Amino acid sequence: MSPNIVLVVTIGVLFAAGVYLLLERSLSRVLIGVILIGNGANLLFLVAGGAAGRPPIVGATPEGQMSDPLPQAMVLTAIVITLGMTAFLLAMAYRSWQLHRHDEVQDDVEDRNIARLAAANERATTDADTEVAAETLDEEAAEARDETDEGAPARVLEGER
Amino acid sequence: MLLLLAVHLAAAVVAPALLNWMGRKAFWVLALAPASAAVWALTWTSQVQAGNGPVEQLEWIPVLGLELTFRLDTLSWLMTLVVGGVGALVLIYCAAYFKSSASGLGRFGGVFVAFSGSMLGLVAADDLLLMFVFWELTTVTSYVLIGHYAERKASRRAAMQAIVITTAGGLAMLVGLVLLGEAAGTFRLSEVIADPPQGTTTVTVAIVCLLAGAVTKSALIPFHFWLPAAMAAPTPVSAYLHAAAMVKAGVYLVARFAPAYSTTPVWQWIVISLGCGTMLLGGYRALRQHDLKLILAFGTVSQLGLIVLLVGLGTRATALAGLAMLGAHAMFKAALFLVVGVVDAATGTRDLRRLSGVGRELKLTALAGALATASMIGLPPFAGYVAKEAGLEAVGHLDAPVGTIVLVAVAVGSALTVAYGLRLWWGAFSTKPAVVPEAVVESAESTAPGTSIHEAAHDEAEPARITHPSLLLVWPAMILAVLGLAVALLPQLGEHLLEPYAATYPEGEPGHLVLWAGLTPTFVLTLAILLAGALLFLVRDRVERWQTAAYHGPEADRVYRRFMRRLDDVAADVTAVTQRGSLPLYLGLILIVFVVAVGGTALGSTVFPTQFTFWDNPAQLVFAAGTIVSALLVTRARRRLKAVILLGIGGYSMAGLYLLHGAPDLALTQVLVETVTLVVFVLVLRRLPPYFSDRPLAASRWVRLGLGVAVGLTVAGIALVAPSARIHLPVSTDFAQEAVTFGGGKNIVNVTLVDIRAWDTMGEISVLLVAATGVASLVFLSRRGGAIYRADEARVDRAVWGGTADPMAALRRPGGDSAAVDAGGMVADRDESAVPSSASRGREWLQAGRTLAPQRRSVIFEVVVRLLFHTMIVYSVYLLFSGHNAPGGGFAAGLVTGIALIVRYLAGGRYELGEAAPVQPGLLLGLGLFLSAGVGLLALLAGGEVLQSWIFDIHLPVIGDLHLVTSLFFDIGVYLVVVGLVLDILRSLGAEIDRRAETGEDPVGGDAAGGDVDGDVPAQVAAGAKPAGWDGGVP
Repeated sequence: MSPNIVLVVTIGVLFAAGVYLLLERSLSRVLIGVILIGNGANLLFLVAGGAAGRPPIVGATPEGQMSDPLPQAMVLTAIVITLGMTAFLLAMAYRSWQLHRHDEVQDDVEDRNIARLAAANERATTDADTEVAAETLDEEAAEARDETDEGAPARVLEGER
Repeated sequence: MLLLLAVHLAAAVVAPALLNWMGRKAFWVLALAPASAAVWALTWTSQVQAGNGPVEQLEWIPVLGLELTFRLDTLSWLMTLVVGGVGALVLIYCAAYFKSSASGLGRFGGVFVAFSGSMLGLVAADDLLLMFVFWELTTVTSYVLIGHYAERKASRRAAMQAIVITTAGGLAMLVGLVLLGEAAGTFRLSEVIADPPQGTTTVTVAIVCLLAGAVTKSALIPFHFWLPAAMAAPTPVSAYLHAAAMVKAGVYLVARFAPAYSTTPVWQWIVISLGCGTMLLGGYRALRQHDLKLILAFGTVSQLGLIVLLVGLGTRATALAGLAMLGAHAMFKAALFLVVGVVDAATGTRDLRRLSGVGRELKLTALAGALATASMIGLPPFAGYVAKEAGLEAVGHLDAPVGTIVLVAVAVGSALTVAYGLRLWWGAFSTKPAVVPEAVVESAESTAPGTSIHEAAHDEAEPARITHPSLLLVWPAMILAVLGLAVALLPQLGEHLLEPYAATYPEGEPGHLVLWAGLTPTFVLTLAILLAGALLFLVRDRVERWQTAAYHGPEADRVYRRFMRRLDDVAADVTAVTQRGSLPLYLGLILIVFVVAVGGTALGSTVFPTQFTFWDNPAQLVFAAGTIVSALLVTRARRRLKAVILLGIGGYSMAGLYLLHGAPDLALTQVLVETVTLVVFVLVLRRLPPYFSDRPLAASRWVRLGLGVAVGLTVAGIALVAPSARIHLPVSTDFAQEAVTFGGGKNIVNVTLVDIRAWDTMGEISVLLVAATGVASLVFLSRRGGAIYRADEARVDRAVWGGTADPMAALRRPGGDSAAVDAGGMVADRDESAVPSSASRGREWLQAGRTLAPQRRSVIFEVVVRLLFHTMIVYSVYLLFSGHNAPGGGFAAGLVTGIALIVRYLAGGRYELGEAAPVQPGLLLGLGLFLSAGVGLLALLAGGEVLQSWIFDIHLPVIGDLHLVTSLFFDIGVYLVVVGLVLDILRSLGAEIDRRAETGEDPVGGDAAGGDVDGDVPAQVAAGAKPAGWDGGVP
C-alpha cells in the first residue's frame, strides 16, 4: 500500500514543531509542543492503520470500503486524554505562577546543588554513619546501657573502703 | 515445620499487643515459640539420626517452580535445637532483664521472635532460594534488633554497618546460589549437595560468592568489625544473635556446602586463611578490651574463625569436632553474655576496671560464669574441652604442611582463648585491689585509651555499687552452663547423634568425641595451651601495655568508613554528571536516542516505498496546509493568546483530516475537544503574563530546531514505511461482523470502545479521573473541591468579575436590576435583598445573571445561552444513545454537555455554573467509573465474562421495539467521567480562580508581566484596595 505524501509531510511538520516547543522552558510552550506532537502521533496512527476509507459504520458503508476502526477507537481516547493532560499541565502552570510568578520549568535546585558540591569536591550529603568515629569502641560501649531492671536495694560492700 | 513457622509469625504479630497488655511477663508466652521448635526437633531425634528426618513441601509459585521445601537432617536438627533452645532461654531472661517501663519492648519482642522464626526457616529450608529469603529476613530483623536504641548514634551506626556488610555478602551469596542452581539444574538444596556440579569456572565463582555470604554473616576477617560494634544492641540480643544464632548462619552455610566443595582449592584457601586469621586476630584483640561485652565479642570472632575452620577443612573428623564446637560454643557463649548482662544490671557498668567484689556478692552468677568460662577455655570435663580435643586430634592428622600450619594456629588461638577467658572472669567477678572511679576513667580514656588497670589506679578508687538482680536472670545462664558440663559427660551420645553429618563428608577417617583418650600428644598439647594461656593471663598488664604500644595496622573499621565515604563521593559525582536537573536536557537525550535508534535503523535496513499517492482527496491538501501553517506559526508566536488560537486552528484542521480519512467519530471528538481546550487555555492564560518570556539564547535555539527537524524527519520516515510494513491481517477485519452480532451496534468505533476493547477504555477513563483530580488538587490544594456556588447565596453587591470601574454606571437605571457602583469598583446596593424575589427572577434570562457585575453582563449572550443550553443537553443525550449506531457516543456526548456548562459559566459566572450543575465533580467521576466497571462486573454474575455485553430486544406498547445493549451503561459511565472532568476544570481553573481574584488572594495576571519574580506582589495586593483589573478572556 502506498503512503499518502500530504499526511506524511503533515506528520513530520507537527513533530518537528512539537519537539522544538517541547524543549522550551516555559510550561505553556512545552504544553503546546506536547499537543502538537499528540496531533502528529494521532495522525501517524491513522496512516499506519491503513488507507483512507468510508466511515466504519455497518450498513452505511459496504464492508470493503471501510477505514480501519481499531486505530480510530484508540485515537479517540487519545484525543480525550490529551484534553485531561492539557488541563493538568495548565493547572500546574497556574500553580507555578502562584508560587513563582512565572511558568518556567527551572532546573532542579537540589540537583544543581549536588553538582556544585561535587565540582568543589565537597561532601554532598551529611552521613554521620560514614564519618570516621571520634570515639573508640570502649567509649561507645561505656555509653551503651540497657534499661535494666532495678533489682534488690543496693548494699554498700564492707571491707572495700 | 510450616506450622512452627506460622507459630513464630503469629507470636511476632501479637507480641506488641501482648507486651502492652501483660507487661514484660509476656516474654514467657513468647518463649513458647522457639521452645516449641526445640521440643519438636527433640521428638524427631532418633528418626533424624537414622536419616529419616521429616520433609515438607508446599507449592509456592508454581510458574517459577518455587516451592516451600523443608527438611530436617542432622545439621538442621542441631541448629534448630540451638536456635530454639537458646532463643527460649533468652526470652525468659528478657522477662526479668528489662525494666517494666523500658521503651520499645513491644517492638523488641515481636522482632526477636520474628528473627527466631527466620533463623528456623533458614536452617530447615531445602531450597536454595528459600534459604536466601530467610537469610535476608535474619539480616533485616537483626538490623532492627541491633538498632533497638534508635535514639543513640552508636546504635544506629552499628546497625547500619551490620546491615550494609551482611546484605552485601547476602547479595553475593544470591549470585552464588543462582549460579549453583543453574549449573546443577535444580534448586533443591539436598539434591545439589548430593550431586554437586564440579570443575567449571562457574562453580568456582559460585563457591567464592557463597563464602562471601558466610564470611560477612559470621564476621570473619576482613569483615569482623561489625560484630564488636553490634554490641550496642541490648545484651539479650548479643546473647542470642551474636553468640548462638545469627553469626552461626554463616557457619551453617559453610557446614552445608562443605561436604560438596571442601576439597576444591579455592574453598580450602579461603577457609584456612580466613579461619586461622580470624581466630588469631579476635583472640589478640580480646586481650585488650575493658568492656566485658567487647571481650566476649572479640572472643566470639575468634571462636567463629575456629568453627568455620573445623567445619570447612573437609575431613570427617574435623567436621565432627566442628559440629561439637558449634553446639558447645552456643551454650557457653550465650551463657557468658547472659552472665555479663546480670553483672551489668547489678552494677550499672561492664567496665572491668570499675568492677570489684561482684563474685562475693553474686555467688550463683559467678558460678555460672565460671562453668561457662571453663567450657570456653577448654578445661576438662566440659563440652568445650571435648570439642577442642577432638578438633586438635583431627587437625593433627591432616597432611603437612597445611596441617601443621593449622595446628599451630589452632593451638595459639586456643592459648589466647584461655587468656581472655580468664581475664573475663577475673574482670567480672574477682575482688581487685585497685579500681578506677568513674571520673578518672573518663579522663584517662580521653588521654590514653589503652591505659591499663594499674596505671590508671587511683588512691580514692571506689568500685561500682552492686545490687541484687532477680534470680530469674541467673537461671537461663546456669542452665546453659550446666548443660555444657552435662553433654560433655556423655560424649558417646554426642558422637552418635552428630556422626551422620560427618559421614556425609567424602574424605578422612571418622572422628570421635571422648572425655579421656589417655596421655596422647593431643592431651599434652592441651596442657601446654592451658599453661600458656594462664601465663598470658598472669602477665596481662604487660600484654595490654605492649598491645597499646604496638602498631596495629589500619583498622578494618576505619577502612570501611573511608570506603563508604568515598562511595558517597563517587555517588555524588555520578549524580552531578547524569542528573543535571534540566528538563530540556533529559527530553533532548531521550529524543536523540529515539532519532539515532529508530532513524538509524530506518536508514540502514528499511526499503522505502517507491510508489506514492499524493493525496486521497484534494481537500486533504487544504486541511493539511492549515495544520502545517498553524504549527509553524505557533513556534514563532510570542504572545500566549496568539499561540493558543493558532493551536486551535491547527486542531480544527486536524478534524478535517480525520473526516477525510473516514473517521467521523474522530472528527467530532476533535472539534469538541479543541473547543474545550481553547477555553481551558484562556481560563489559565488570564493569570499568566501575556507574552512568553524572552530567552535570547540563539545557540540553544538552533540546537532545538535541529533536534526538532531530526525527529520530524524520523517520524515522517516511519509514516512512509509503516503503511506497507503490515505483514498480518488487521485484527479488526472481523470487527464489523462482531460489532453487530455481539456488540449489538453498527458504529464499529463505538462498539470497539465500549465492548470489544472495553478494558482499554476503562483504563483511559481512569486516567481522565486522575487528571481531573489532579487539576482540582493543584488548585484547591487542601480539598478535593470547593463549595458549590448557588445563586441565592451570592453576595448582594454583585461583584462577580467586577474589579474595573463601570464606565457605563451613569447610564444604568438605578435600583431595579442594576446597581450603583462607586468609583473604586466597590459595589453598594444595600436595597437589594440577597434572595431575589420570584418576580424579579422571572425576568432574568439566567438564574444567576444578577450575581455578575453589571458591566460584565451581555443580554444577547444570556438570551442565546438560555436558548442553547437545553438544546445542547438534548443533543448530547441524543449523541449518547445513538452513538452505538451512528457517530457519537459517551465521549462526544460528555464533551457536548461540558461545552454547554462552559457556555453557562461564561455567560453567568460561577454562580450560574453552580445553578447549571449543582453537583461535586468527584461524584460524577466516581459514579461514572463505577457504572463502567461495576456494570461490567455484573456480567460476571450472569455467568459471562467481565464487561461482556447482553442484548435485550424489548417490545414496548407505545414506543415500539427497544433495542437495549448493556454496554450502554458503560457508555453512560464514560459520559459521566467526561462531564466530571470538564466540570472539575471549570470549577477549579474557572470559578476558584475568579474567587481568588475577587478576594485578592491572587494578584491579577497583568501585574506579573514579563515574569518578574517579586515576593511582595501578593502582600501588596492583599493590603491594597481592590484588584486593579480583570484581564479576562470572556467576550
